[in-house]
Amino acid sequence: MNTAIVASLLLLMLGFAYQLGWSRSRNMAVSGVKIHSRPAYHASLVAFWALLPALLVLGLWALFGDTATRTYILAQLPTEITSLTAADLEVTIRRIRQIESGFGVVGEAQTYENSAAQALREFRALTFAFVVATAAATGAVGLFLAQRRINPRLRARNEIERIVRVLLIGCSVVAILTTVGIVASLLAEAFRFFTFVSPIDFFFGTVWSPGFSSTGAGASGKYGLLPLLWGTLMVAAIAILVALPIGLMTAIYLTQYATPRVRGIVKPIIELLAGIPTIVYGFFALVTVGPFLAGIGSALGLDIRATSALTAGVVMGVMIIPFISSLSDDVIRQVPLAMRDGSLGLGATQSETIRRVVIPAALPGIVGAFLLAVSRAIGETMIVVLAAGNSPFLRLNPGEPVSTVTVTIVNQLTGDTDFASPQSLVAFALGLTLFVMTLILNVAALFIVRRYREQYD
Amino acid sequence: MAHSFTPPSEQALDGSAERLKRIRAGLGKRHARERRFRALGIAAIAAALGFVAILFSMILYQGLPAFTQANLEVDVHFDPAIVKVAARPVRDAQQSSAEYQRALLDWERKVTMVNWNRVLEQSIKAAAPDFEIDTKSALSIVETSERFRLRDMFVADPGLLGQTVKVKMLASANADNWLKGNIDRSLPDTQQQLSPSARMLSDRFMEDGQMRFAFAWHIFTNSDSRSAPASAGLAGAFIGSLYMMLVVIVLAVPIGVMSAVYLEEFAPKNKFTDFIEVNINNLAAVPSIVFGLLGAAVFINYFRLPLSAPLVGGLVLTLMTLPTIIIATRSALRAVPPSLRQAALGIGASKTQTVFHHVLPVTYPGILTATIIGVAQALGETAPLLLIGMNAFVAQIPGSPLEPSSALPVQIYLWQGNENRNFFEARTSAAIIVLLGLMLMLNAIAIFLRARLERRK
Repeated sequence: MNTAIVASLLLLMLGFAYQLGWSRSRNMAVSGVKIHSRPAYHASLVAFWALLPALLVLGLWALFGDTATRTYILAQLPTEITSLTAADLEVTIRRIRQIESGFGVVGEAQTYENSAAQALREFRALTFAFVVATAAATGAVGLFLAQRRINPRLRARNEIERIVRVLLIGCSVVAILTTVGIVASLLAEAFRFFTFVSPIDFFFGTVWSPGFSSTGAGASGKYGLLPLLWGTLMVAAIAILVALPIGLMTAIYLTQYATPRVRGIVKPIIELLAGIPTIVYGFFALVTVGPFLAGIGSALGLDIRATSALTAGVVMGVMIIPFISSLSDDVIRQVPLAMRDGSLGLGATQSETIRRVVIPAALPGIVGAFLLAVSRAIGETMIVVLAAGNSPFLRLNPGEPVSTVTVTIVNQLTGDTDFASPQSLVAFALGLTLFVMTLILNVAALFIVRRYREQYD
Repeated sequence: MAHSFTPPSEQALDGSAERLKRIRAGLGKRHARERRFRALGIAAIAAALGFVAILFSMILYQGLPAFTQANLEVDVHFDPAIVKVAARPVRDAQQSSAEYQRALLDWERKVTMVNWNRVLEQSIKAAAPDFEIDTKSALSIVETSERFRLRDMFVADPGLLGQTVKVKMLASANADNWLKGNIDRSLPDTQQQLSPSARMLSDRFMEDGQMRFAFAWHIFTNSDSRSAPASAGLAGAFIGSLYMMLVVIVLAVPIGVMSAVYLEEFAPKNKFTDFIEVNINNLAAVPSIVFGLLGAAVFINYFRLPLSAPLVGGLVLTLMTLPTIIIATRSALRAVPPSLRQAALGIGASKTQTVFHHVLPVTYPGILTATIIGVAQALGETAPLLLIGMNAFVAQIPGSPLEPSSALPVQIYLWQGNENRNFFEARTSAAIIVLLGLMLMLNAIAIFLRARLERRK
């Protein structure tokens, strides 16, 4: 409600400022004076200077308003309440806010709670009016000053372009902020985890049994990373064993043998596999592939479980096929025709040319694709959540269930958002491990691809 | 390079018969190898296409039956002996609106207290008068939500009292399983979900046409339900996904396009922009679950945004899709011929004008495709949403992006884990069909719009 009021007020102001700037500069232009910038630029400039201060005021309130309200509530409470423990105080404040918002509370509201809520209601109405008024006033001042600057020689366009430039840089920085946010949050929470469990026990431990925070297992649980890492690598290795030959041969056939017609049909169909959500693959693995593999296993006298490293790996391999095939497709097509023609001209067969000339030439790109595929397999979550069986033990047999780093992150962090227990904090230590592993693979892949990309150009 | 052809020596040119024979003899082997290589390529493609075919046909085979459900059409008699409530209150002149509302609410509460199960039971028994069946078995044939429907019908039209109307009721999940053969009919009674008499009665209703399969519209109009699984639908999850996609489009597209424009058109080539570039390429390959960890630590734990809210999900997915949009927009910008920029600059446009008035409009088809690819990717993403609490069971359709909600892929995850496997395996496949259908539609729209935009150029 309040947001809607503020937003419509802002829009109104924006429209008014733009209109004012436009008509003033337009009048100037019509009266025959040669003006530097077109009216639209003058108008945008006025609108910008009207909006900026108002937004600043609102932004400051969004940042500090909550703290101010809290301080006010505390000031309303009798001293015997404010001297309670932090947790109890938190509960009281929450109750008062609930009374104030009209949702009501569990149990009978105390008199002091009611009076505090009443005071809070008035405070809120007052501050809201005050903030909106301040925003409007600063906006009006900005508007007044900006429209006074309008004159034929004002370089409004240049100013607007500078503002646009700042905006563009701001948008580019979002990507950096995301990385910073990822690294900072993973590191901070992982360090909190390492205050419970020593990094040595975590990175070199061979037993994973964290227990439950509700039973108070706390730091007594065992947080050994190795079983999870082993499961992750095993699933990823199976996936690569499936995807690399199929993906690479597909790329080779489509670039070297297939007619444009066949290529035009087959390539999009295979790329369809890349667009399918991973949850669908997971369900497919669980319902179709798992029982099928288990059936084959029992026919051969092998013990393959329906949910196992093999099931998850095979389906993940299918998921990665288009990834490998389209990346290899690109690099193979970048190999200059002259090299191929030279080899063919010397009498080599097509397959000899491919194996001895084309593939070696495209090898850096293929290795890059391979590394990216491994990174993707390691980070994949839903397929393993559904089909790997979730059993964190060090086992050699791929027909047995395993657990992976990603599965464990999901298990430890769903349902429970109490960020104080090592049981949930370990998810961030696992996330950090995952992030570092994929980062190394990605950077290595980027480096290899970049380094060799322009070799033949 | 690995190939090693010995240069033809003088002797060879002489045509030594010995040598020629050796080459001829080798030729057959080389050609055989060529054929084998080719066959391998074809086999790889066949395997990839086979996976696509198996995946889609399995999902369709399992999911399509779930779009029809058994419905029982019976005469429901609103027996005054069971529905013992006073007449619906009528508002008289002296009554205030609040008093009337209270009276109405009171009346509705009384209507809810009516033993609607008895009404249901009687109508089921009346449909098969000669059949002996106990109350529990009779009621187990229709879904538990149906008694509330009878209540709602009565609240809407109290004139039904004492009348008999034909009502089409949803059969229960267990009855649906039995009738579709989803459950093995030869299983002993102890393993069947329905009692023997309920099974016999369902079969009988099917035979005499009172029970019929009809298209299950409620999959699209209902929200998730635990107590009445047969009435569970996707509407809540769909709206949740819709909110998230709106957040993604509103945030990711402008920010992504702007930062692509900055990096491609304005940024000087220096260490800093190089760092941004590596950063973006790396972000594109960070596992999605890491973004979930970021969301849990920053949005939920630090900024205290509500759990399970589509807004938070949208923010996380925005950060995840940003690199996709930036990279695709950059390649679209790179494809714009430099002559366009030179022409604009040559007639005196500023750098900003050149970019925003001339270069960017040319790339709209590319940006559109990138947006849709990004949105489709975000639509299918599950793992990060699990970490910000979107896997909670939500029975209502969310009214705003701040209310708890599920999402389509998460609903698939929840349904595949349901204990009533016989019923929910098909339901999950149906949900997957809906999700894939939506993605297909998005892509079709992209192709269509792209073709139109490109024709206009």
